[in-house]
Amino acid sequence: MSKVIEGLYYSESHEFVRVDGGYGFVGITDYAQNALGNVVYVDMPEVDDEVTAGEEFGAVESVKAASDLISPVSGTVVEINEALEDQPELINQDAFENWIIKVELSNKSELDNLMDAKTYASFCEK
Amino acid sequence: MAIKQELELRIKRTCLYDKHVNLGATIVEFGGFDMPLLYKNAGITAEHMAVRDTVGLFDVSHMGEVTVKGKDAERYVQHIFTNDIAGAPVGKIYYGMMCYENGGTVDDLLVYKMGENDFFLVINAANIAKDWAWMQDHAAGFDIDLQNCSDYYGQIAVQGPESEHVVETVLGLPCAEMTFYTCKEIKLPLSSESAGGEAVIISRTGYTGEDGFEIYASHDYIRDCWDKLIAAGVQACGLGCRDTLRFEVGLPLYGDELSEDISPIMAGLGMFVKLDKAEFIGKEALAKQKEEGVAKKLVGIELYDKAIPRHGYTVLNMEGEPIGEVTTGYHALSVDKSVCMALIDSQYAKLDTEVQIQIRKKVFPGKVVKKQFYNKNYKK
Repeated sequence: MSKVIEGLYYSESHEFVRVDGGYGFVGITDYAQNALGNVVYVDMPEVDDEVTAGEEFGAVESVKAASDLISPVSGTVVEINEALEDQPELINQDAFENWIIKVELSNKSELDNLMDAKTYASFCEK
Repeated sequence: MAIKQELELRIKRTCLYDKHVNLGATIVEFGGFDMPLLYKNAGITAEHMAVRDTVGLFDVSHMGEVTVKGKDAERYVQHIFTNDIAGAPVGKIYYGMMCYENGGTVDDLLVYKMGENDFFLVINAANIAKDWAWMQDHAAGFDIDLQNCSDYYGQIAVQGPESEHVVETVLGLPCAEMTFYTCKEIKLPLSSESAGGEAVIISRTGYTGEDGFEIYASHDYIRDCWDKLIAAGVQACGLGCRDTLRFEVGLPLYGDELSEDISPIMAGLGMFVKLDKAEFIGKEALAKQKEEGVAKKLVGIELYDKAIPRHGYTVLNMEGEPIGEVTTGYHALSVDKSVCMALIDSQYAKLDTEVQIQIRKKVFPGKVVKKQFYNKNYKK
Protein backbone atom coordinates (compact mmCIF):
# COMPACT_ATOMS: atom_id res chain seq x y z
CA MET A 1 0.00 0.00 0.00
CA SER A 2 1.14 3.48 -0.75
CA LYS A 3 1.96 5.81 2.09
CA VAL A 4 0.06 9.08 2.61
CA ILE A 5 1.19 11.66 5.16
CA GLU A 6 -1.13 13.88 7.19
CA GLY A 7 -0.70 17.62 6.93
CA LEU A 8 0.48 17.73 3.31
CA TYR A 9 -1.45 19.02 0.31
CA TYR A 10 -1.97 16.71 -2.67
CA SER A 11 -2.73 17.20 -6.38
CA GLU A 12 -4.61 14.88 -8.72
CA SER A 13 -1.42 14.46 -10.73
CA HIS A 14 0.25 13.02 -7.60
CA GLU A 15 2.47 15.86 -6.46
CA PHE A 16 2.54 16.93 -2.83
CA VAL A 17 3.28 20.26 -1.11
CA ARG A 18 4.65 20.49 2.42
CA VAL A 19 4.05 24.05 3.57
CA ASP A 20 6.56 25.75 5.84
CA GLY A 21 5.70 29.40 6.43
CA GLY A 22 5.67 31.17 3.09
CA TYR A 23 7.44 28.27 1.38
CA GLY A 24 6.24 25.01 -0.16
CA PHE A 25 8.34 21.88 -0.66
CA VAL A 26 7.04 20.13 -3.80
CA GLY A 27 7.65 16.49 -4.69
CA ILE A 28 5.89 13.40 -5.95
CA THR A 29 3.87 11.10 -3.73
CA ASP A 30 4.67 7.56 -2.68
CA TYR A 31 1.81 6.41 -4.91
CA ALA A 32 3.49 8.14 -7.88
CA GLN A 33 6.93 6.65 -7.26
CA ASN A 34 5.34 3.22 -6.97
CA ALA A 35 3.55 3.64 -10.27
CA LEU A 36 6.69 4.92 -12.00
CA GLY A 37 9.08 2.21 -10.87
CA ASN A 38 12.81 2.93 -10.70
CA VAL A 39 13.42 6.64 -11.10
CA VAL A 40 16.56 7.21 -13.17
CA TYR A 41 16.50 10.96 -13.72
CA VAL A 42 14.78 14.04 -12.35
CA ASP A 43 14.57 17.02 -14.67
CA MET A 44 14.41 20.05 -12.35
CA PRO A 45 13.97 23.76 -13.02
CA GLU A 46 16.60 26.24 -11.90
CA VAL A 47 16.62 28.48 -8.87
CA ASP A 48 14.75 31.74 -9.60
CA ASP A 49 12.53 30.05 -12.22
CA GLU A 50 8.84 30.83 -11.87
CA VAL A 51 6.41 27.94 -11.54
CA THR A 52 2.65 28.16 -12.06
CA ALA A 53 -0.04 26.04 -10.50
CA GLY A 54 -1.28 23.47 -13.02
CA GLU A 55 1.73 23.88 -15.29
CA GLU A 56 4.66 21.60 -15.98
CA PHE A 57 7.93 22.40 -14.19
CA GLY A 58 10.07 19.38 -14.95
CA ALA A 59 9.88 15.63 -15.33
CA VAL A 60 10.62 12.41 -13.56
CA GLU A 61 12.06 9.71 -15.75
CA SER A 62 11.70 6.02 -15.07
CA VAL A 63 13.17 3.34 -17.30
CA LYS A 64 9.98 3.11 -19.29
CA ALA A 65 8.85 6.71 -19.65
CA ALA A 66 9.16 10.39 -18.84
CA SER A 67 6.39 11.78 -16.65
CA ASP A 68 5.80 15.51 -16.49
CA LEU A 69 5.86 17.19 -13.12
CA ILE A 70 2.90 19.53 -12.68
CA SER A 71 3.31 22.26 -10.10
CA PRO A 72 0.52 22.31 -7.52
CA VAL A 73 1.39 25.90 -6.55
CA SER A 74 2.65 29.15 -8.07
CA GLY A 75 5.75 31.00 -7.04
CA THR A 76 9.50 31.28 -7.39
CA VAL A 77 11.88 28.34 -7.08
CA VAL A 78 14.28 29.18 -4.25
CA GLU A 79 15.99 25.83 -3.97
CA ILE A 80 16.21 22.54 -5.84
CA ASN A 81 17.02 19.22 -4.22
CA GLU A 82 20.51 18.78 -5.61
CA ALA A 83 20.89 15.33 -4.06
CA LEU A 84 18.50 14.07 -6.75
CA GLU A 85 20.95 14.99 -9.49
CA ASP A 86 23.25 12.14 -8.53
CA GLN A 87 20.80 9.93 -6.68
CA PRO A 88 17.38 10.09 -8.36
CA GLU A 89 16.60 6.74 -6.71
CA LEU A 90 16.16 8.61 -3.41
CA ILE A 91 12.61 9.29 -4.63
CA ASN A 92 11.92 5.55 -4.63
CA GLN A 93 13.41 5.19 -1.17
CA ASP A 94 11.31 7.93 0.38
CA ALA A 95 9.26 10.13 -1.90
CA PHE A 96 7.95 12.46 0.81
CA GLU A 97 11.35 13.05 2.38
CA ASN A 98 12.96 13.77 -0.99
CA TRP A 99 11.14 16.84 -2.21
CA ILE A 100 12.14 18.18 -5.64
CA ILE A 101 11.79 21.97 -5.44
CA LYS A 102 11.28 24.56 -2.71
CA VAL A 103 8.94 27.33 -3.86
CA GLU A 104 8.35 30.76 -2.37
CA LEU A 105 4.56 30.75 -2.59
CA SER A 106 3.01 33.70 -4.40
CA ASN A 107 -0.60 32.71 -3.74
CA LYS A 108 -1.28 30.58 -0.69
CA SER A 109 -5.00 30.42 -1.48
CA GLU A 110 -4.11 27.94 -4.24
CA LEU A 111 -3.61 25.38 -1.49
CA ASP A 112 -7.40 25.32 -1.09
CA ASN A 113 -7.65 23.66 -4.51
CA LEU A 114 -5.56 20.71 -3.36
CA MET A 115 -6.60 17.59 -1.46
CA ASP A 116 -5.86 16.69 2.13
CA ALA A 117 -4.35 13.33 3.06
CA LYS A 118 -7.66 11.57 3.60
CA THR A 119 -9.18 12.79 0.33
CA TYR A 120 -6.00 11.93 -1.58
CA ALA A 121 -5.87 8.42 -0.09
CA SER A 122 -9.38 7.69 -1.33
CA PHE A 123 -8.57 9.39 -4.67
CA CYS A 124 -5.73 6.88 -5.16
CA GLU A 125 -7.98 3.94 -4.45
CA LYS A 126 -10.31 4.80 -7.32
CA MET B 1 -19.05 -6.85 -43.27
CA ALA B 2 -19.24 -4.70 -40.18
CA ILE B 3 -18.94 -7.76 -37.98
CA LYS B 4 -15.91 -9.03 -39.82
CA GLN B 5 -14.14 -5.70 -39.47
CA GLU B 6 -14.84 -5.63 -35.78
CA LEU B 7 -13.33 -9.06 -35.36
CA GLU B 8 -10.22 -8.08 -37.25
CA LEU B 9 -9.70 -4.91 -35.27
CA ARG B 10 -10.10 -6.56 -31.91
CA ILE B 11 -6.90 -6.71 -29.92
CA LYS B 12 -5.61 -10.24 -29.84
CA ARG B 13 -4.32 -12.23 -26.90
CA THR B 14 -1.56 -14.79 -27.03
CA CYS B 15 -1.98 -18.32 -25.68
CA LEU B 16 -0.16 -17.18 -22.52
CA TYR B 17 -2.30 -14.13 -21.74
CA ASP B 18 -4.01 -15.61 -18.65
CA LYS B 19 -0.60 -16.59 -17.27
CA HIS B 20 0.61 -12.98 -17.53
CA VAL B 21 -2.48 -11.76 -15.72
CA ASN B 22 -1.93 -14.35 -12.98
CA LEU B 23 1.65 -13.15 -12.56
CA GLY B 24 0.39 -9.60 -12.06
CA ALA B 25 1.70 -8.26 -15.36
CA THR B 26 0.99 -4.72 -16.52
CA ILE B 27 -0.67 -5.32 -19.89
CA VAL B 28 -0.14 -3.01 -22.87
CA GLU B 29 -1.21 -3.17 -26.50
CA PHE B 30 1.66 -3.92 -28.86
CA GLY B 31 1.40 -4.86 -32.52
CA GLY B 32 -2.29 -5.64 -32.16
CA PHE B 33 -1.79 -7.87 -29.11
CA ASP B 34 -2.36 -7.42 -25.40
CA MET B 35 1.14 -8.11 -24.08
CA PRO B 36 2.90 -8.00 -20.72
CA LEU B 37 4.99 -4.84 -20.27
CA LEU B 38 6.46 -5.90 -16.94
CA TYR B 39 5.63 -8.21 -14.05
CA LYS B 40 4.69 -7.36 -10.51
CA ASN B 41 7.46 -7.87 -7.96
CA ALA B 42 10.09 -7.60 -10.68
CA GLY B 43 9.85 -4.69 -13.14
CA ILE B 44 11.90 -3.67 -16.16
CA THR B 45 15.23 -3.34 -14.35
CA ALA B 46 15.05 -6.66 -12.48
CA GLU B 47 13.80 -8.48 -15.59
CA HIS B 48 16.55 -6.89 -17.69
CA MET B 49 19.25 -7.94 -15.24
CA ALA B 50 17.86 -11.48 -15.00
CA VAL B 51 18.50 -11.91 -18.73
CA ARG B 52 21.98 -10.38 -18.55
CA ASP B 53 23.00 -12.34 -15.42
CA THR B 54 21.06 -15.63 -15.44
CA VAL B 55 17.99 -16.37 -17.55
CA GLY B 56 14.61 -14.87 -18.43
CA LEU B 57 11.46 -16.11 -20.16
CA PHE B 58 9.53 -14.09 -22.77
CA ASP B 59 6.17 -14.67 -24.41
CA VAL B 60 6.80 -13.82 -28.05
CA SER B 61 3.75 -15.60 -29.41
CA HIS B 62 2.67 -12.35 -31.03
CA MET B 63 5.35 -12.81 -33.70
CA GLY B 64 4.08 -14.01 -37.06
CA GLU B 65 5.14 -17.18 -38.88
CA VAL B 66 4.86 -17.91 -42.60
CA THR B 67 5.95 -21.12 -44.29
CA VAL B 68 7.20 -21.28 -47.87
CA LYS B 69 7.39 -24.71 -49.43
CA GLY B 70 7.53 -26.17 -52.92
CA LYS B 71 9.63 -26.35 -56.04
CA ASP B 72 10.36 -22.60 -56.23
CA ALA B 73 10.56 -21.88 -52.48
CA GLU B 74 14.23 -20.91 -52.45
CA ARG B 75 13.92 -18.77 -55.58
CA TYR B 76 10.89 -17.03 -54.02
CA VAL B 77 12.63 -16.29 -50.72
CA GLN B 78 15.61 -14.93 -52.66
CA HIS B 79 13.18 -12.66 -54.54
CA ILE B 80 11.60 -11.04 -51.46
CA PHE B 81 14.56 -11.16 -49.03
CA THR B 82 17.66 -8.94 -48.92
CA ASN B 83 20.04 -11.55 -47.50
CA ASP B 84 21.41 -14.43 -49.59
CA ILE B 85 20.28 -17.94 -48.72
CA ALA B 86 21.80 -19.65 -51.77
CA GLY B 87 23.42 -22.94 -50.87
CA ALA B 88 22.48 -22.66 -47.21
CA PRO B 89 22.65 -25.88 -45.22
CA VAL B 90 19.42 -27.18 -43.67
CA GLY B 91 19.11 -25.76 -40.17
CA LYS B 92 20.69 -22.39 -40.96
CA ILE B 93 18.93 -19.11 -40.10
CA TYR B 94 19.33 -15.77 -41.84
CA TYR B 95 18.38 -12.27 -40.70
CA GLY B 96 17.41 -9.72 -43.34
CA MET B 97 14.65 -7.50 -44.66
CA MET B 98 11.86 -7.41 -47.17
CA CYS B 99 12.06 -4.10 -49.02
CA TYR B 100 9.91 -2.04 -51.34
CA GLU B 101 11.13 -1.20 -54.83
CA ASN B 102 12.26 2.19 -53.47
CA GLY B 103 14.41 0.56 -50.77
CA GLY B 104 12.08 1.35 -47.85
CA THR B 105 11.58 -1.54 -45.46
CA VAL B 106 8.45 -3.72 -45.47
CA ASP B 107 9.71 -5.65 -42.44
CA ASP B 108 12.79 -7.26 -40.96
CA LEU B 109 12.57 -10.99 -40.50
CA LEU B 110 14.30 -14.29 -39.87
CA VAL B 111 14.39 -17.03 -42.50
CA TYR B 112 14.81 -20.58 -41.17
CA LYS B 113 15.86 -23.22 -43.66
CA MET B 114 13.91 -26.26 -42.44
CA GLY B 115 14.66 -28.41 -45.50
CA GLU B 116 15.37 -28.15 -49.21
CA ASN B 117 12.76 -25.71 -50.56
CA ASP B 118 11.16 -25.56 -47.12
CA PHE B 119 11.43 -22.26 -45.25
CA PHE B 120 9.98 -20.84 -42.05
CA LEU B 121 9.77 -17.03 -41.94
CA VAL B 122 9.38 -15.12 -38.67
CA ILE B 123 7.90 -11.63 -39.00
CA ASN B 124 6.90 -8.80 -36.67
CA ALA B 125 3.49 -8.91 -34.98
CA ALA B 126 2.51 -5.41 -36.06
CA ASN B 127 3.29 -6.28 -39.68
CA ILE B 128 1.63 -9.67 -40.06
CA ALA B 129 -1.29 -8.46 -42.20
CA LYS B 130 0.90 -6.15 -44.30
CA ASP B 131 3.64 -8.75 -44.81
CA TRP B 132 1.19 -11.50 -45.65
CA ALA B 133 -0.44 -9.33 -48.32
CA TRP B 134 3.01 -8.36 -49.64
CA MET B 135 4.15 -11.98 -49.82
CA GLN B 136 1.01 -13.09 -51.63
CA ASP B 137 1.24 -10.16 -54.04
CA HIS B 138 4.75 -11.20 -55.03
CA ALA B 139 4.16 -14.93 -55.29
CA ALA B 140 2.92 -14.89 -58.88
CA GLY B 141 5.07 -17.02 -61.15
CA PHE B 142 6.47 -19.10 -58.31
CA ASP B 143 5.42 -22.70 -57.77
CA ILE B 144 5.11 -22.50 -53.99
CA ASP B 145 2.77 -23.26 -51.13
CA LEU B 146 2.62 -20.16 -48.93
CA GLN B 147 0.94 -20.46 -45.53
CA ASN B 148 0.36 -17.89 -42.80
CA CYS B 149 0.72 -20.00 -39.63
CA SER B 150 0.75 -17.06 -37.20
CA ASP B 151 -2.38 -18.17 -35.37
CA TYR B 152 -1.16 -21.74 -34.98
CA TYR B 153 2.21 -21.11 -33.36
CA GLY B 154 2.84 -20.02 -29.83
CA GLN B 155 6.40 -18.90 -29.17
CA ILE B 156 8.60 -18.39 -26.14
CA ALA B 157 12.12 -17.02 -25.90
CA VAL B 158 14.46 -18.27 -23.18
CA GLN B 159 17.31 -15.78 -22.96
CA GLY B 160 20.43 -15.37 -20.88
CA PRO B 161 23.65 -17.20 -19.99
CA GLU B 162 21.77 -20.03 -18.24
CA SER B 163 19.28 -20.59 -21.05
CA GLU B 164 20.97 -23.69 -22.48
CA HIS B 165 20.94 -25.39 -19.10
CA VAL B 166 17.31 -24.49 -18.48
CA VAL B 167 16.06 -25.59 -21.90
CA GLU B 168 17.84 -28.93 -21.56
CA THR B 169 16.99 -29.72 -17.95
CA VAL B 170 13.57 -28.13 -17.45
CA LEU B 171 12.09 -28.61 -20.93
CA GLY B 172 14.08 -31.69 -21.89
CA LEU B 173 14.90 -30.29 -25.32
CA PRO B 174 18.46 -31.16 -26.39
CA CYS B 175 20.12 -27.93 -27.56
CA ALA B 176 23.70 -27.82 -26.24
CA GLU B 177 25.22 -28.77 -29.57
CA MET B 178 23.29 -26.12 -31.52
CA THR B 179 25.34 -23.22 -32.85
CA PHE B 180 24.16 -19.60 -32.99
CA TYR B 181 21.55 -18.88 -35.68
CA THR B 182 20.68 -22.51 -36.32
CA CYS B 183 17.41 -24.36 -35.85
CA LYS B 184 16.04 -27.86 -35.74
CA GLU B 185 12.76 -29.67 -35.42
CA ILE B 186 12.23 -31.96 -32.49
CA LYS B 187 9.48 -34.54 -32.84
CA LEU B 188 7.86 -35.06 -29.46
CA PRO B 189 7.15 -38.68 -28.51
CA LEU B 190 3.51 -39.72 -28.94
CA SER B 191 3.39 -40.30 -25.20
CA SER B 192 4.09 -36.63 -24.48
CA GLU B 193 1.15 -35.37 -22.45
CA SER B 194 0.82 -31.86 -23.86
CA ALA B 195 1.63 -32.33 -27.52
CA GLY B 196 2.34 -35.95 -28.45
CA GLY B 197 3.70 -36.43 -31.95
CA GLU B 198 4.01 -32.73 -32.56
CA ALA B 199 7.12 -31.22 -34.16
CA VAL B 200 8.58 -28.38 -32.15
CA ILE B 201 10.91 -25.85 -33.77
CA ILE B 202 13.81 -24.66 -31.63
CA SER B 203 16.44 -22.12 -32.67
CA ARG B 204 19.46 -20.56 -31.00
CA THR B 205 18.33 -17.00 -31.56
CA GLY B 206 16.95 -14.04 -29.67
CA TYR B 207 16.54 -10.32 -29.38
CA THR B 208 18.50 -9.55 -26.24
CA GLY B 209 22.20 -9.76 -27.13
CA GLU B 210 22.56 -12.78 -24.86
CA ASP B 211 22.75 -16.47 -25.65
CA GLY B 212 19.29 -17.94 -25.89
CA PHE B 213 16.67 -20.02 -27.61
CA GLU B 214 13.32 -19.50 -29.23
CA ILE B 215 10.75 -22.27 -29.30
CA TYR B 216 7.78 -22.44 -31.68
CA ALA B 217 5.01 -24.96 -31.13
CA SER B 218 1.29 -25.47 -30.57
CA HIS B 219 -0.42 -23.35 -27.94
CA ASP B 220 -0.76 -26.38 -25.65
CA TYR B 221 2.91 -27.19 -25.75
CA ILE B 222 3.99 -23.57 -25.30
CA ARG B 223 1.70 -23.18 -22.28
CA ASP B 224 3.19 -26.34 -20.83
CA CYS B 225 6.74 -25.03 -21.36
CA TRP B 226 5.82 -21.71 -19.74
CA ASP B 227 4.44 -23.42 -16.63
CA LYS B 228 7.50 -25.65 -16.26
CA LEU B 229 9.94 -22.75 -16.61
CA ILE B 230 8.05 -20.55 -14.16
CA ALA B 231 7.84 -23.45 -11.70
CA ALA B 232 11.61 -23.87 -12.07
CA GLY B 233 12.06 -20.25 -10.96
CA VAL B 234 12.84 -18.65 -14.32
CA GLN B 235 11.99 -14.93 -14.30
CA ALA B 236 9.09 -13.93 -16.57
CA CYS B 237 10.15 -10.95 -18.69
CA GLY B 238 7.92 -8.41 -20.40
CA LEU B 239 8.18 -6.23 -23.48
CA GLY B 240 9.66 -3.39 -21.40
CA CYS B 241 12.94 -5.18 -20.85
CA ARG B 242 12.77 -6.79 -24.29
CA ASP B 243 13.09 -3.25 -25.63
CA THR B 244 15.85 -2.11 -23.23
CA LEU B 245 17.82 -5.32 -23.89
CA ARG B 246 17.63 -5.16 -27.68
CA PHE B 247 18.32 -1.44 -27.65
CA GLU B 248 21.52 -1.73 -25.61
CA VAL B 249 23.09 -4.07 -28.14
CA GLY B 250 21.94 -1.95 -31.09
CA LEU B 251 19.32 -4.30 -32.52
CA PRO B 252 16.69 -2.44 -34.58
CA LEU B 253 12.96 -2.46 -33.91
CA TYR B 254 10.70 -2.12 -36.92
CA GLY B 255 8.77 1.13 -36.51
CA ASP B 256 11.68 2.82 -34.73
CA GLU B 257 14.93 2.07 -36.57
CA LEU B 258 13.41 0.56 -39.73
CA SER B 259 10.28 1.64 -41.55
CA GLU B 260 8.78 2.35 -44.94
CA ASP B 261 10.96 5.47 -44.92
CA ILE B 262 14.08 3.97 -43.33
CA SER B 263 15.94 1.56 -45.58
CA PRO B 264 18.37 -1.05 -44.24
CA ILE B 265 21.21 1.01 -45.74
CA MET B 266 20.14 4.11 -43.78
CA ALA B 267 19.83 1.95 -40.66
CA GLY B 268 23.40 0.70 -41.07
CA LEU B 269 22.24 -2.83 -41.83
CA GLY B 270 23.95 -3.08 -45.22
CA MET B 271 25.65 -6.32 -44.20
CA PHE B 272 22.25 -8.01 -44.47
CA VAL B 273 21.65 -6.63 -47.96
CA LYS B 274 23.50 -8.79 -50.49
CA LEU B 275 23.82 -6.62 -53.55
CA ASP B 276 25.79 -9.31 -55.38
CA LYS B 277 22.64 -11.45 -55.45
CA ALA B 278 21.15 -11.78 -58.94
CA GLU B 279 17.85 -10.18 -58.04
CA PHE B 280 15.55 -9.14 -55.20
CA ILE B 281 12.87 -6.52 -54.70
CA GLY B 282 14.47 -3.16 -53.93
CA LYS B 283 17.94 -4.15 -55.10
CA GLU B 284 18.38 -1.27 -57.56
CA ALA B 285 17.31 1.40 -55.08
CA LEU B 286 19.46 -0.03 -52.30
CA ALA B 287 22.49 -0.36 -54.59
CA LYS B 288 22.06 3.29 -55.52
CA GLN B 289 21.83 4.29 -51.85
CA LYS B 290 24.98 2.37 -51.07
CA GLU B 291 26.85 3.88 -53.99
CA GLU B 292 25.69 7.49 -53.71
CA GLY B 293 25.24 7.63 -49.98
CA VAL B 294 22.05 8.37 -48.05
CA ALA B 295 20.74 11.69 -46.75
CA LYS B 296 20.11 10.34 -43.27
CA LYS B 297 21.84 7.69 -41.22
CA LEU B 298 21.09 5.88 -38.01
CA VAL B 299 23.68 6.60 -35.32
CA GLY B 300 24.21 6.12 -31.63
CA ILE B 301 24.35 9.22 -29.40
CA GLU B 302 25.64 9.34 -25.86
CA LEU B 303 24.61 12.27 -23.67
CA TYR B 304 26.94 13.74 -21.08
CA ASP B 305 24.04 14.31 -18.70
CA LYS B 306 21.53 11.82 -17.33
CA ALA B 307 18.47 13.30 -19.10
CA ILE B 308 16.88 10.66 -21.27
CA PRO B 309 16.32 11.09 -24.99
CA ARG B 310 13.05 9.42 -26.04
CA HIS B 311 11.55 8.38 -29.36
CA GLY B 312 10.67 11.43 -31.45
CA TYR B 313 12.83 14.01 -29.65
CA THR B 314 14.73 16.39 -31.95
CA VAL B 315 18.48 16.12 -32.51
CA LEU B 316 20.27 19.45 -33.09
CA ASN B 317 23.68 20.44 -34.35
CA MET B 318 25.85 22.70 -32.20
CA GLU B 319 24.28 25.73 -33.90
CA GLY B 320 20.90 24.56 -32.62
CA GLU B 321 19.50 23.59 -36.02
CA PRO B 322 17.44 20.40 -36.23
CA ILE B 323 19.30 17.55 -37.92
CA GLY B 324 17.17 14.52 -37.07
CA GLU B 325 15.12 12.57 -34.58
CA VAL B 326 15.65 10.06 -31.79
CA THR B 327 14.37 6.58 -32.75
CA THR B 328 14.86 4.85 -29.38
CA GLY B 329 16.44 6.18 -26.21
CA TYR B 330 16.96 5.01 -22.67
CA HIS B 331 19.02 5.30 -19.62
CA ALA B 332 20.89 2.12 -20.62
CA LEU B 333 20.71 -0.17 -17.62
CA SER B 334 23.81 -2.27 -18.20
CA VAL B 335 26.13 0.70 -18.72
CA ASP B 336 24.40 3.41 -16.64
CA LYS B 337 24.40 6.03 -19.40
CA SER B 338 21.79 8.05 -21.25
CA VAL B 339 22.03 6.90 -24.84
CA CYS B 340 19.88 6.73 -27.93
CA MET B 341 19.71 5.70 -31.53
CA ALA B 342 18.78 8.54 -33.85
CA LEU B 343 18.26 9.10 -37.54
CA ILE B 344 20.26 12.21 -38.45
CA ASP B 345 21.67 14.04 -41.48
CA SER B 346 24.58 11.97 -42.77
CA GLN B 347 27.07 14.83 -42.52
CA TYR B 348 26.83 14.58 -38.72
CA ALA B 349 27.03 10.79 -38.56
CA LYS B 350 30.79 10.49 -38.03
CA LEU B 351 31.87 9.07 -34.67
CA ASP B 352 32.61 11.70 -32.00
CA THR B 353 30.65 14.46 -33.78
CA GLU B 354 29.23 16.83 -31.16
CA VAL B 355 25.43 17.05 -31.28
CA GLN B 356 22.62 18.10 -28.94
CA ILE B 357 19.20 16.75 -28.10
CA GLN B 358 16.17 18.80 -27.20
CA ILE B 359 14.60 17.24 -24.11
CA ARG B 360 11.49 19.14 -23.10
CA LYS B 361 12.60 22.76 -22.55
CA LYS B 362 16.33 22.11 -22.36
CA VAL B 363 19.06 21.16 -24.78
CA PHE B 364 21.57 18.51 -23.74
CA PRO B 365 24.97 18.00 -25.39
CA GLY B 366 26.40 14.66 -26.41
CA LYS B 367 28.37 12.95 -29.13
CA VAL B 368 27.93 10.37 -31.84
CA VAL B 369 29.01 6.90 -30.73
CA LYS B 370 28.67 3.35 -32.00
CA LYS B 371 25.10 2.06 -32.00
CA GLN B 372 26.08 -0.80 -29.75
CA PHE B 373 26.09 0.40 -26.14
CA TYR B 374 26.70 -3.00 -24.61
CA ASN B 375 28.60 -5.96 -26.05
CA LYS B 376 26.67 -8.99 -27.20
CA ASN B 377 27.38 -12.25 -25.40
CA TYR B 378 26.43 -14.77 -28.04
CA LYS B 379 27.56 -18.29 -27.28
CA LYS B 380 29.16 -19.51 -30.48
